[in-house]
Amino acid sequence: MTELICIVCPKGCHLKVDEENGYKVTGNGCPRGAAYGEKELVNPTRVITSTVKVESKQARRVPVKTAGDIPKSKIYDVMNELNKVTVKAPVQVGDVVIPDVLGLGVDIVACKKVAE
Amino acid sequence: MKYDVIVVGGGPAGLAAAVEANKNGAEKVLVIERDQELGGILNQCIHNGFGLHYFKEELTGPEYAGKFIDMLAETNIEVMLDTMVLDVDENEKCVHAMNKKNGYMKLEAKAIVLNMGCRERTRGAIAIPGDRPAGVFTAGAAQRYVNIEGYMVGKKVLILGSGDIGLIMARRMSLEGAKVVGCVELCPYSNGLNRNIVQCLNDYNIPLYLSHTITDIQGDKRVEKVIVQKVDEKNQPIPGTEMEFDVDTVLLSVGLIPENELTRSAGIEMDPATSGPVVYENMETSAEGIFASGNVVHVHDLVDFVTAESQKAGQSAAEYVKNGETKDQTCIAIKNGDGVNGIVPQKVRPSNVDKKVEVMFRARNVFKDVQIKVKSNGQELASFKREHMAPGEMEKIVIPKAFLDKVENGEITVSVEKVGA
Repeated sequence: MTELICIVCPKGCHLKVDEENGYKVTGNGCPRGAAYGEKELVNPTRVITSTVKVESKQARRVPVKTAGDIPKSKIYDVMNELNKVTVKAPVQVGDVVIPDVLGLGVDIVACKKVAE
Repeated sequence: MKYDVIVVGGGPAGLAAAVEANKNGAEKVLVIERDQELGGILNQCIHNGFGLHYFKEELTGPEYAGKFIDMLAETNIEVMLDTMVLDVDENEKCVHAMNKKNGYMKLEAKAIVLNMGCRERTRGAIAIPGDRPAGVFTAGAAQRYVNIEGYMVGKKVLILGSGDIGLIMARRMSLEGAKVVGCVELCPYSNGLNRNIVQCLNDYNIPLYLSHTITDIQGDKRVEKVIVQKVDEKNQPIPGTEMEFDVDTVLLSVGLIPENELTRSAGIEMDPATSGPVVYENMETSAEGIFASGNVVHVHDLVDFVTAESQKAGQSAAEYVKNGETKDQTCIAIKNGDGVNGIVPQKVRPSNVDKKVEVMFRARNVFKDVQIKVKSNGQELASFKREHMAPGEMEKIVIPKAFLDKVENGEITVSVEKVGA
């Protein structure tokens, strides 16, 4: 039995995950908590948010995120990829900055509109 | 020329208030923002977790702001960027402001909404002893340097205060290659959300030192060393518990204070418990036709709640433009009882309450298995069970209008009591 604090939403439910009984989750307030509880023990993942350089008169950086979860163990590898990128304004919310980053099946997308 | 509604501040509160005022029939709405873009602090809050309540999806700060900026762009709401409001005049109902293009302006309005947000407490506010070298930043200032300007602020970092901004910056600095050696918290509990302890500290193996504080900062030009000590129940440092941290940077996440210079100079009644203006059920201040919402009224945990409160303020401002002042000013005061602090709204006019009134406040301490009791003249009107309460989490209770009609001496008290008491 492992005790976890759910990070899916700001409520922060106290979860109990029974790894000996098919990762049965108790203490969760919603189905997303149950999914998180199991995944956290089997294959923990995170969404990563950061910034990349942008060529624009308005801004020096544009915020980006992974469009989905990536394995926790790949966080610093992904950060390293972000350091190599410079995007050119104009940028729209949702623009793909790096497609399928490191072959993880997840795009890096822009989170803010930046004008030229 | 006269505006229907002038909104002071273009952060999440101002954006929601302006859009809602417009939606409710205010035709000429103006948003005044001192920065060069709308969105306020959300622009530097690049992490995700915003919008779960309001948009039912997990957004980053810039995405959340972007959605409101897009909504605003579809209206005829005017925006003045790079414009500083100097004074809000309660009697003449006007705003004195200036910018590079127009110089000084006197802008008249039928209603005004104050949405100036809050500021961080600084090293001076908590009087940390020691040298005064470079390298001591508020967490929010560091966040701006890193996320917007693109500058790293340090390589080895100690964080004082476990508020959410401090925790978020612990992760951010780690991701950008800094070594965060610890997060030091005076209280015996964390003031941030549990999820942020997990995903910002635990994920990056950053220790959290509860009941500890910084007792010395050493360094000539730049921070070189920080001394941390354990504190007793009275928050006094315990001799012999000194720990040394060789760091070049200290980030402070030691609280936020509503920014109310304009409110005070307008002579609007303030509440020492929230450091914000006293507000009525519709977010109107003591000055008729001047409304306030968001972090300028009381510091919120979630932007979603800032949005909801500001929509109420925007709607109320539009109604004021249409209907004038509230006719029946009969009023009930809501008072902080035992274990309760920072109640908002502080005053309720039942004539303005449709079905229910939402009351927000913070627990004074960490409580387990308690009841929130609403009493008038010693009589219990309502009670709400809570398994867990903490000062870091804003509480909300809903009082139905029917209960307000039972109030006898024009006063309600909200308190926290042990179950069975």
